[in-house]
Amino acid sequence: MSLASTYRLRLERKKKRLRAVRKSRELTPVVDRTDEIRAKDILLFCTLRNERQRLPYFMAYYRKLGINRFLFVDNGSDDGSREYLLDQSDVSLWSTTQSYRRAKFGVDWLNWLLARHGVGHWTLVVDVDEFFVYPFCDSRPLPALTDWLDASSIRSFGAMLLDMYPKESIEDAVCKEGQNPLEVAEYFDAGNYMISRNPKYGNLWIQGGARARAFFGNEPERAPALNKIPLVKWSRGNVYISSTHTLLPRGLNLVYDENGGEKASGCLLHAKFLSSFPEKSQEELTRKQHYANSHEYRAYNKGLKRGTSLWTKWSEKYINWRQLEILGLMSKGSWV
Amino acid sequence: MSVGFIMLAHKNLDRVAQVAGYWAQRDHPVVIHIDARAPRADFDEMTEVLQKFRNIRFVARRPCDWGKFSIVAATLDAAEIMLAQFPDVSHVFLASGSCLPLRPVEDLDAYLAARPDTDFIESVTTEEVTWTVGGLDLERFTLRFPFSWKKHRRLFDAYVNFQRRIGVQRRIPEGVEPHLGSQWWCLTRATLQAILTDPKRSVYDTYFSKVWIPDEAYFQSLVRKHGREIESRSLTLSRFDHQGKPHVFYDDHLQLLQRSDCFVARKIWPRANKLYRRFLADEIKVLARIEPNPRKLDKVFLRANARRTQGRAGLKMQSRFPRRDSWALQKTCAPYSVYEGFSDLFSNFDTWMEKRTGTRVHGHLFHKSAVKFAGNAEIFNGCLSNSAKLRDYNPEAFLTNLIWNTQGEHQTFQFGPADRQEIGRFLASDQNASLYVVTGAWSVPLFHSEMNFQRVRRIAARYQAIEAAHVENLRSEHTRAKVHIWTLAEFVEDPMPILQSIIEQFDPGTSRKLTEVPKMADLTGFGKFVQRLKNEGMNPHLVGDFPLGDIALHKTPSLKPYVVR
Repeated sequence: MSLASTYRLRLERKKKRLRAVRKSRELTPVVDRTDEIRAKDILLFCTLRNERQRLPYFMAYYRKLGINRFLFVDNGSDDGSREYLLDQSDVSLWSTTQSYRRAKFGVDWLNWLLARHGVGHWTLVVDVDEFFVYPFCDSRPLPALTDWLDASSIRSFGAMLLDMYPKESIEDAVCKEGQNPLEVAEYFDAGNYMISRNPKYGNLWIQGGARARAFFGNEPERAPALNKIPLVKWSRGNVYISSTHTLLPRGLNLVYDENGGEKASGCLLHAKFLSSFPEKSQEELTRKQHYANSHEYRAYNKGLKRGTSLWTKWSEKYINWRQLEILGLMSKGSWV
Repeated sequence: MSVGFIMLAHKNLDRVAQVAGYWAQRDHPVVIHIDARAPRADFDEMTEVLQKFRNIRFVARRPCDWGKFSIVAATLDAAEIMLAQFPDVSHVFLASGSCLPLRPVEDLDAYLAARPDTDFIESVTTEEVTWTVGGLDLERFTLRFPFSWKKHRRLFDAYVNFQRRIGVQRRIPEGVEPHLGSQWWCLTRATLQAILTDPKRSVYDTYFSKVWIPDEAYFQSLVRKHGREIESRSLTLSRFDHQGKPHVFYDDHLQLLQRSDCFVARKIWPRANKLYRRFLADEIKVLARIEPNPRKLDKVFLRANARRTQGRAGLKMQSRFPRRDSWALQKTCAPYSVYEGFSDLFSNFDTWMEKRTGTRVHGHLFHKSAVKFAGNAEIFNGCLSNSAKLRDYNPEAFLTNLIWNTQGEHQTFQFGPADRQEIGRFLASDQNASLYVVTGAWSVPLFHSEMNFQRVRRIAARYQAIEAAHVENLRSEHTRAKVHIWTLAEFVEDPMPILQSIIEQFDPGTSRKLTEVPKMADLTGFGKFVQRLKNEGMNPHLVGDFPLGDIALHKTPSLKPYVVR
């Protein structure tokens, strides 16, 4: 890494931070309980829009892992999400009706909240349809992991996005409010992921899985990125660059070992493909608020005929994290 | 006669109090040192909880730095109080604040009573030490370490290197034999007393105050001077990871810990409520004479350290992505075979091979239009798609995935100059690949095709150029694959021993004879075809030296059993 490019990345990081400050003016605090945050709390950050149905299970899932501070940005929900969140005693909520796209798909907003409230904390940035799974998550709460990361001087923890889907056609996969969406979308692709290294930021770029297979077979280069680094011990000066795929400073992206060893890692189970999906993707297409001119949603709309099922006879049914570990999708590293 | 405990702690004082209270309640004196940096309020709370016990003492608090003498000094202070104030104590057990007794303390009493003169302390000569991280062992005793390893690593390293270069050495005082070992020991009163009252103690203390990590060296070395019966092992179960950081125990280790039969374990995660509840409960049964046996636990830890440092061979994933130049590492997770030219020569090679060897035999996986999985499957293990575009987007990932997804089943596939060639280099560089190449075999389908000869000639020239480059790559000195190459002429002259030896690889030991051979294409007139290519100005050198007339052996090989050797 030359001095010049180190410097360029430093500038990029500063610019990103300034941008977050500027974009923070778009956020209106609705309820601010951040003064209740205590030193060792793990904070969850999330941007959402119209996710009322998913919220109860989402909150329950992360509360059970040991998170008691939620910081939400509501991007103009009109389905009661906002009212629901207001009632939760562990939620701080900001709202905005400004463009998600122009806030770099929410990253600017979250960068600002992270800088304001995240510093010194372990921070988890997830979407409402993402469920964080890490080694021993069925027997150890999240603070066990973050304590271990602290003791090992590790500042960031990778968790690949694993697209989950139902066996039946997507529009028939109804998930009731409060129900575990992974009971409905319980299948995933186990072994069709493609990885390359991004030389600029040093992160891995992972593509593949059900989405690449079903929607991007003809243009794999446009298949969505699945690499994510959602759990970070936040320091002053950290910024997310694009979604939670990449961060600066670069060192935070080194969640992988290059000498053959395995670092500890987890997965984000992505319960996107439920009955609400076709409608949502139609809506997103008209709102045009997503990455690369919502190309992803255009691909879905093209690929989603009625009765589309992502399931194949080689689809793996989700059991637990140990299964993901054995399949080589995540690793315990040296954590015992 | 009983054992007294010294506890060194700096945080999670509620847990420290809990364990100290457990021992004190069972009439075992405890002397506690709390790092001066621990919050005053926590300390006050702790002393209040413990004030009901008359056999607990607190040592004057010193600020303790990792790797510094202050920890030894605190231990010495505590040991003095223990020996002076508790005359019944026969053994002193050094524990940390994150230790947890796994067996009733009466068990430990009985165990030590049966070995009244034994000092349990890991004490290994510096030559024998294998665990030191950073390679400092004897040099811990002979160099100076004024800089903090944790805070100023670069200065630390630079100063060590500087001393090595100019060759300065501290003199080791007489009577000190450098030994290293776990910080956590259990010494007899006599030995500890001798160490504390050694007339040269001030010399030793001064000397050790500049040794690096003296808590792993002070007692471990001096016990060699004063101990009578040294059992070089720690009674405290404590294991370290590849960074030299202790492994932590959680609730889900309960059974492993119970089965280890160790007396005390560290480190326990402070929020491992179940472990604290279970092991500090009253009803734990006494095992009396059973020896500690942490073998099972050790296996778990060794496996974890290996996973972190070596990982699973042939796996590429989000947290294991070896550099491209890591030649020492396996690129794929299991052996596989690649056949080039065989399916051109034998029409039913796939099915024959599958039947004979019981392996999975694919067609041309790198076919230009689609992945030709076995049985023409559209999707294969691990949800690999047959889309050529997805495969070509990252051919190496495609192949490593295929091999990873089919562990336990040998994969075989066809390859040739008509396929996408990007994977060629990878195949050559992969030690798991076995390539069987019949060069020039692509000419057989051309020979049988009804195409215009000019077109045949053009295709032949192109295939030959592609295959020549491929073969050159396979013959390079960097090739790690097992490569077998025959020209078409060589091969058809005597195919049976070759087929036989291929089959035998999958079924070594048995000398099953080939009773059924694949059907070879008819080569009548092939020599003339080759000559015609030559006449058109092309030199099909990869085909080999084919006679102009029809050779006797080129026909379908006989069905007669054929024995090699």
